[in-house]
Amino acid sequence: MTYRGWAEIAIVAVIIGLMIKPLGTYIFHVFEGEHTFLDPILGPVERFIFRFLSIDKDKEYKWTGYILRMIALDFAIIFFAYLIFRLQGHLPLNPAQAPGMRPDLAFNSAVSFGTNTNWQAYAGETQASNLSQMIVITTCMFTSVASGIVMAIAFMRGLSRRANPFLGNFYADFIRAILRILLPLALLFTLVLIPLGVPQTLKGPARVLTLEGEQQEIARGPVATLEAIKHIGNNGGGFFNANSAHPYENPSPVSNIILILLMLLVPASMIYVLGLYLQNRRQGWVIFAAIVLLFIIFAGLTMWFESRASPILEETGVDVTAGNMEGKETRYGVDDSALFGASTTSAATGSVNSSHDSYTPLGGMILIGCMMLNTVLGSSGAGLINILIYIIFTVFLAGLMVGRTPEFTGKKIESREVRLGVIALLIHPLCILGFTTLSLAIPSARNAILNSGPHGITEMAYAFTSATANNGSAFGGLAVSSAYFNVTTGVAMLIGRYAIFIPILAVAGSLAEKQILPESEGTFRTDTPLFAGLLIGIIIIIGALTFFPVLALGPLAEHFALFG
Amino acid sequence: MAGNEGKAEAGKLMDAALIKEAVINSFKKLNPMNLIRNPVMFVVEIGAVITTYFFIRYAINGVEGGQGSVAFAALISLWLWFTVLFANFAEAVAEGRGRAQAETLRRTRVETTAKLLQDNGEIKMVSAGELRKGQVVVAEAGDVIPGDGEVIEGIASVDESAITGESAPVIRAAGGDFSSVTGGTMVLSDQIKIKISANPGESFLDKMISLVEGAQRQKTPNEIALSILLVAFTIIFLVVVFILSPLGGYLEARPDVTSLVALLVCLIPTTIGGLLSAIGIAGINRLTQYNVLAMSGRAVEAAGDINTLLLDKTGTITFGNRFANEFSPFEGHNEDEVGEVAMLSSFGDGTPEGQSILTLGKKLGIEVTKPENCVVVEFTAETRMSGLDCADNSYRKGAADAIAKYAVAAGHVLPSHYEESVQFIASQGSTPLAVARDGDIIGLVELKDVVKPGISERFERLRAMGIKTMMITGDNPFTAKTIAGEAGVDDFVAEAKPEDKMGLIRNEQGQGKLVAMTGDGTNDAPALAIADVGLAMNSGTQAAKEAGNMVDLDSDPAKLIEVVEIGKQLLITRGSLTTFSIANDVSKYFAIIPALFMAYIPGLASLNIMRLYSHHSAILSAVIFNALIIIALVPLALKGVKYRPLGASAILRRNILIYGIGGLIAPFIGIKLIDMLLRLFHF
Amino acid sequence: MDDAKRIVKIIMLAVLLLGLVYPFAFSGIARLTPSKADGDMIEVDGRVVGARNIGQEFSSPEYFHGRLSAGGYDAMASGASNLGPSNPELVFRAEERLNQILLENPGIKPEDVPAEMVTASASGLDPEIGLRSAYLQVSRIAESTGILEDALRALIAKYERGRFLWVFGEPRVNVLELNVEIWKMLGEVRQ
Repeated sequence: MTYRGWAEIAIVAVIIGLMIKPLGTYIFHVFEGEHTFLDPILGPVERFIFRFLSIDKDKEYKWTGYILRMIALDFAIIFFAYLIFRLQGHLPLNPAQAPGMRPDLAFNSAVSFGTNTNWQAYAGETQASNLSQMIVITTCMFTSVASGIVMAIAFMRGLSRRANPFLGNFYADFIRAILRILLPLALLFTLVLIPLGVPQTLKGPARVLTLEGEQQEIARGPVATLEAIKHIGNNGGGFFNANSAHPYENPSPVSNIILILLMLLVPASMIYVLGLYLQNRRQGWVIFAAIVLLFIIFAGLTMWFESRASPILEETGVDVTAGNMEGKETRYGVDDSALFGASTTSAATGSVNSSHDSYTPLGGMILIGCMMLNTVLGSSGAGLINILIYIIFTVFLAGLMVGRTPEFTGKKIESREVRLGVIALLIHPLCILGFTTLSLAIPSARNAILNSGPHGITEMAYAFTSATANNGSAFGGLAVSSAYFNVTTGVAMLIGRYAIFIPILAVAGSLAEKQILPESEGTFRTDTPLFAGLLIGIIIIIGALTFFPVLALGPLAEHFALFG
Repeated sequence: MAGNEGKAEAGKLMDAALIKEAVINSFKKLNPMNLIRNPVMFVVEIGAVITTYFFIRYAINGVEGGQGSVAFAALISLWLWFTVLFANFAEAVAEGRGRAQAETLRRTRVETTAKLLQDNGEIKMVSAGELRKGQVVVAEAGDVIPGDGEVIEGIASVDESAITGESAPVIRAAGGDFSSVTGGTMVLSDQIKIKISANPGESFLDKMISLVEGAQRQKTPNEIALSILLVAFTIIFLVVVFILSPLGGYLEARPDVTSLVALLVCLIPTTIGGLLSAIGIAGINRLTQYNVLAMSGRAVEAAGDINTLLLDKTGTITFGNRFANEFSPFEGHNEDEVGEVAMLSSFGDGTPEGQSILTLGKKLGIEVTKPENCVVVEFTAETRMSGLDCADNSYRKGAADAIAKYAVAAGHVLPSHYEESVQFIASQGSTPLAVARDGDIIGLVELKDVVKPGISERFERLRAMGIKTMMITGDNPFTAKTIAGEAGVDDFVAEAKPEDKMGLIRNEQGQGKLVAMTGDGTNDAPALAIADVGLAMNSGTQAAKEAGNMVDLDSDPAKLIEVVEIGKQLLITRGSLTTFSIANDVSKYFAIIPALFMAYIPGLASLNIMRLYSHHSAILSAVIFNALIIIALVPLALKGVKYRPLGASAILRRNILIYGIGGLIAPFIGIKLIDMLLRLFHF
Repeated sequence: MDDAKRIVKIIMLAVLLLGLVYPFAFSGIARLTPSKADGDMIEVDGRVVGARNIGQEFSSPEYFHGRLSAGGYDAMASGASNLGPSNPELVFRAEERLNQILLENPGIKPEDVPAEMVTASASGLDPEIGLRSAYLQVSRIAESTGILEDALRALIAKYERGRFLWVFGEPRVNVLELNVEIWKMLGEVRQ
């Protein structure tokens, strides 16, 4: 990688570092009902919506009440999405005449957008109607991330409240997340993206006669509105099959860097929000520093690994100084593609501006690794929750090592929290490893692999890692349109979201009821560089121990075979 | 002295007999029904059974393809069994040491006969083992008290050295705070009636014996939490290893079962899993070495978390008795004169205060001989003075106002500034005694509450651990403040009644803090019961001992500091070894993964960064290291990781360095060394 | 109001505001820059010849050629080849393409050909190529069109897109933009 690459990473880190304080403070004020500068406009709208839905924002729920309503709403949306996908052929706004989806594909797609995964087993240009793109996909891009954000908010309230089991009003939080955070950001950045060349039109495909006299039909549509919320909300579902590599979704290096910043923005700010909830900004900064350091390392490594083309391509004698260009766009080159790749896998977004399947073995390993760790920022809300799971375990070990019952921010971590945390921690790898192995053992599933050998293992593992981490990006070579993959990845997405949210909110409920212990000399402080270092160490070691064998047989085996 | 014997015995970590017994027990503990309580080691045992099965199958049918070999299967099986045995051994040693301590305790319980007082008033000789709770026995001089109980009638001096190791006899009397007696102690004089307070096998001694032996051990909260984490790791690694076969199968690489089992055992946290229960038992044992008996492991663990320590001033911070500190003469008299009169008036005074006046006088070089033919005037609550009436002179010392009345009655005038001088001493937190010769007040004696030497250093140490000390005293705020300042406690409550302790504890607990306190009186019992750590003094009442969750046999309240340290040490040892265990796994992957797959995927040889000799030597080295490290760490598990009263961050940094980074690096070296040894045998 | 009813209302509201009003409203607002909003189509002499940012297939010797496209520049089915780095197909395809380039551009050696010209883009619609990829085609185009090489070089320099903030992206030229210029020049010749 080049100095330019380092500069890019540094610029991104600095801009995010500058943004999290204002945005994080704003988010905190929104959820705590404090005054914000948008009140004059959004205040009346919010009051109207609350009245329309008879929401009493001061009526708070315990963790069970909170998560039950969240799940009920999510599943209602998933069911609605399923219906629309099935029936889109008979519904209006279908200029490309996309037929209704098969049940398995509709299930997969509905779950995918309902869980903030945005895994796309269909091709956007031909298999989703404009109506589906708008009322299902665009809508879900707001709602699914909103429910993730409010989960994190509820968790943080649990951490910060003193002997008070109530975590807030789910409906009020959900609506505020959309109305006051996601929508303003989406409006703003839609306006930024359109002049950069992202189409926003209701017209059908354009037909052109090329200079060489060929016909070319060009798909287009209301892309800008989707592109903005797709990144702000860590959704990642593309309007087009090529996702953010498509010149309409991401026309230039300028739009590319904006999209990168957009997907990191809210997840990073949520860490700052944590500091505010804990009334310890330093705590927020320390965790942010740890996570951003991980991000910098992974982004840097991806760039570095991608700066070399596949040796077998080198043998043809062409000039490979530009690095591994297969599956990358000229306008981004290797560095901007790798940075986007590391960002989208870190922040659980899933949009891609290059073909991850064509990355070098180690470059691809970092991408899949980011999703396996699931904590390098992660998506808005869900990411912070995953980080907090790791923090609980870090605190547990550290607490023991200093000779005290472990506590985080004055709340004791006892066997109930550890038990629930362990469930959340185990679900992720077990789901990934289980489905990957199952699929490699089933011949028909195995046949979906495009690139055989060790790369095939990576392809398969990537699919289920992406689904479980609710990421949505893919090693596109794997043919996942079969009913088998639609069902298994769909189930993996559900497990990856709800089987983690439920125990983790139970932890929040349990912590909320606890007293906050005063700090003393004997308390191990969690807002120090030492803690940041330990957190990084634990994230990497637990991740490495869990996934090393798969990575050894997949990307590492491929790497050693290629590079010797 | 039993207590000291216990210390001596525990001083040696292991002796030959102990080890022999532990070795035998480690085989007995192979029983799966027993081992299933420790899931990590249970998995190892199942692994050992599987590899042994393959060894036998290979030995009979020959090796069926793959990379297996009879010798390899045999050695792996052997070392897996060793792994289980080593873990069992650690537990057996800890239990053995506990048993040795219990034996010492038990030896104190000589099989005695009890004089049971029957309803008809007759005395019947029964065996002590038959006594039931509520029965009344009689014990006379020379009798061994047959069981724990409470004196309901009489007063006696009792030798409690069997329990406490303290040879000085103590007074036990009906009513009040000194009514409790412990089985196994001996009555030296007089006769008492004792109401037995425990059924056989439930006595205090029995409870602690079973706890020390580890028989009744219940997992403590942190231990449960840690066990859950260890089970989680075991599940992850079970899955990781289980999927290797199908994953490798996709690449036509199918490792043999023996190697896979070896990998599994190396990955699951056997180090901490094998030592966890030994650590817990050893923690209780260490406490016993300090002559503190914990009623549960939970209490020991809670001790490590203590935020606030409530301490009675009297007896804990100060010696409890006031000591003469200074003789201050009034105008016209000198210090020696005051000292002389004070000493004369104290000759008949057996109280510690009186004795301290004599001591001070001697220290100041005042020579006084006891005059002949004098009559001792005893202290009474009415006169509030004591002294000596001799032929020529009369000497008195006593409370300032009492002496003043006495002087005025004798026709003397009070010295000028009498009131001020008295007030001044009182304001210093001391007690003024006035001294008069023939009715004339010549000076004052300052009686001072003396803070025990070294106590402020101990509080300093507590502060470094993050524990707030709070002194409770019935004294006035002046006195309390002075003592508090001198002793270096963080806070104090003056003019406190015993009942106030309850409120204080509740208040602290309401803020989420954990509170420890010591107590001995019956009126301490409720507070001891609600305190998170209630350390009762063995000299205290039965009620106090039953309310608390620890008993200090030496009745030294300052012992709480050791208790706290042991509690912390317990957690630190667990945490450090867990970290070590997990950090170890990195090297094991690098040893075993390339070994498993090198033959099929040659590129993976690059992962063999230790350059281990062969497939077999790599896997065997990792397994051997994994087993040996358990044995190597047994002493650490038994002794505990040393606790240093540093700030939490300093401790953490240190332990991460040693057990985290060390745990990462050490096995790389260890495995490589073992591999080099194996290479000598061309394995 | 019970939760079920409230949830239905929330979905209705969300679909209405987020799914319909939001995209429709912006499609309206976007009419302020209709050309960008509709996909930045390039019109030459009254004929829409393509979208500026959507690559298209050029194979005749007089035009600049773009990168390999996994989907043959089908703008209704974008996508990458997804060939893994160890997939032999990667080399077959690259060699085939390289031989074609060497054949079409005499005097060019393999090491003069940047790897991007023998690899497929991520979208299959990459509209651009790097500067070296453009320059290596100059002599071929000059020969087949009669346009002076210097004019072509000037054209490349004119249409060069640099890095954003000196850091982001790679210097490159848009193939369609260049070819439209060539088409125009040839048109002048034709007339």
